[in-house]
Amino acid sequence: MTTATTMEPRLMTGNEAVTLGAIAAGARFYAGYPITPSTEVAEIAAAMFPDIGGVFIQMEDEIASLGAVIGASLTGLKSFTATSGPGFSLMQEHIGFAAMAEVPCVIINVMRGGPSTGLPTHMSQGDVMQAKYGSHGDYPTVVLAPASVLECYTLTIKAFNLSEKFRMPAIILSDELVGHMCEKVQLPPEGELEVVNRLRPTVPADWYRHYESTPTGISPMAGFGEGYRFHVTGLAHDSSGFPTEVPSETHALMEKFKNKEIRNIRDLTMVESYMMEDAEICIFSYGSVSRSARRAVRILRDRNIKAGALRPQILWPFPKQAVETMLDQVSYVLIPEMNVGQLRKEVERLSHDGRGRIKGLNVLNSEFITAADIVERVEHDVL
Amino acid sequence: MSKPTENRANNATIILSGTGGQGLQLMGRLLAEAAAIHGGLNVVQSRSYGPEARGGASRSQVVLSRGEIDDLRNPSCNVLICLSQQACDRYYTTLRDSGLFIVDSTNVKVVPTTRVVELPMTQMAADACGTRMAANVVGLGVLCGCSNIVSLKALEAATRSTVKAKFVDGNLKALAAGYASAKAFLESLPPARRSTIPDLSFV
Repeated sequence: MTTATTMEPRLMTGNEAVTLGAIAAGARFYAGYPITPSTEVAEIAAAMFPDIGGVFIQMEDEIASLGAVIGASLTGLKSFTATSGPGFSLMQEHIGFAAMAEVPCVIINVMRGGPSTGLPTHMSQGDVMQAKYGSHGDYPTVVLAPASVLECYTLTIKAFNLSEKFRMPAIILSDELVGHMCEKVQLPPEGELEVVNRLRPTVPADWYRHYESTPTGISPMAGFGEGYRFHVTGLAHDSSGFPTEVPSETHALMEKFKNKEIRNIRDLTMVESYMMEDAEICIFSYGSVSRSARRAVRILRDRNIKAGALRPQILWPFPKQAVETMLDQVSYVLIPEMNVGQLRKEVERLSHDGRGRIKGLNVLNSEFITAADIVERVEHDVL
Repeated sequence: MSKPTENRANNATIILSGTGGQGLQLMGRLLAEAAAIHGGLNVVQSRSYGPEARGGASRSQVVLSRGEIDDLRNPSCNVLICLSQQACDRYYTTLRDSGLFIVDSTNVKVVPTTRVVELPMTQMAADACGTRMAANVVGLGVLCGCSNIVSLKALEAATRSTVKAKFVDGNLKALAAGYASAKAFLESLPPARRSTIPDLSFV
């Protein structure tokens, strides 16, 4: 087993890269319950953590797993877990808790076919809506979708950075194909990628308020056992962390959550544009499918169809501005997804001239959407 | 020797198929490692398998290219290796017309074409290193012996760097046995049939 600092090109899987990314971001706590197709993350964390001062616990289920991750993060450790569909469903309660209690944590969801136990060893993109809306109430979160093994590494570091910076849960939405595929990658040298740590309190312990209101909307965060006293609850709370039902205080709390996304949207937007400069049609996709979209764009260009591709690397918050700009530019949008069209609905919401020019290519049988599938559909619709 | 179906290309898709437990994923990983790290190519290796620990269909796909790879999965392949009858029946149609077809004749009794490299790889594994489990690595030796996609040296290096230390010697023997028997098999074919086996290589 090599360490995260290896710089020679080497072959690795997406799940391996996710784990190395987490370690490079500073993660030193993992609690999880193994589930296909995410199990390698647990295996590699278990193998590597003892040598780097990390803690690995196999929990009794996914509810407890995220509970342990939140607890460890409250002591100041960067913490993460990995799972797939059924486990992700069980984690929803604690995702809401992490958002409410403003505890940084990273959840890796390697998507497989659902619903329920579904197709354990096959790919899907069925958890896109669940990643944003799976827990109850209105809560902030950031969801990133890697499309390559290298991105499994870089976006995991990004997920930790955003989670730490904004004190909210971050989710990596990988899928069976990205998680299990091997690619040759050259990891960036240590120190080249930015690593962000949570804001720490600078006030004396007696003055510390765990949810202090600040101009940036982000409260400095002390760890348990460091001499600061604070209360953590899933109930609506005031700046001391104790429950409150006073409307002005609960309103302020919800506004704080809302503003985490609104005020920081520049930080929370990552969109990759491919041959869009003069594009007349756009393939909008994410994760593994976006690789087929790139290939399809090249094929279509060879056939004199001015195609381009747009890919959100951060799915949530949804990149409204980039999509609106794209909709103003092109006359036709194809959105290939391995689900019933979960993100297509978001694009349709932003289109003011009806849904006619926004098409979905939706595959639900766990087969991959290839470049040929996309090209065939575009030519059918456009020519 | 005539080469009517020479197929030099910038990329190749190789499908390794069989039954869960035959080591197809390790086979894919070794081939990817050999091509990517020791052969300097770009590679995407992906898997398709069922929930069973053993049994059920298992497949590993390796895409090799000199350029960037965005075809993570290909519906058709340039090389198909089948270690089970079920895999042969299921995946034969994914092989392109000019493709290279290799089967383990210990397990595959019914082959839909004569344009095939048939060798008893499971039996050869048992003979060469005392375990039928090494049929996967014999298969890589066969691939190497009848194409120029990856060198034997690269496969040997990949075996040394990937396989557990105590299994390295056995696997190297399996690799050598597959390689030698593929060369002998091609030599033994009458010219008319030899010409139907494509020469696959990278430019």
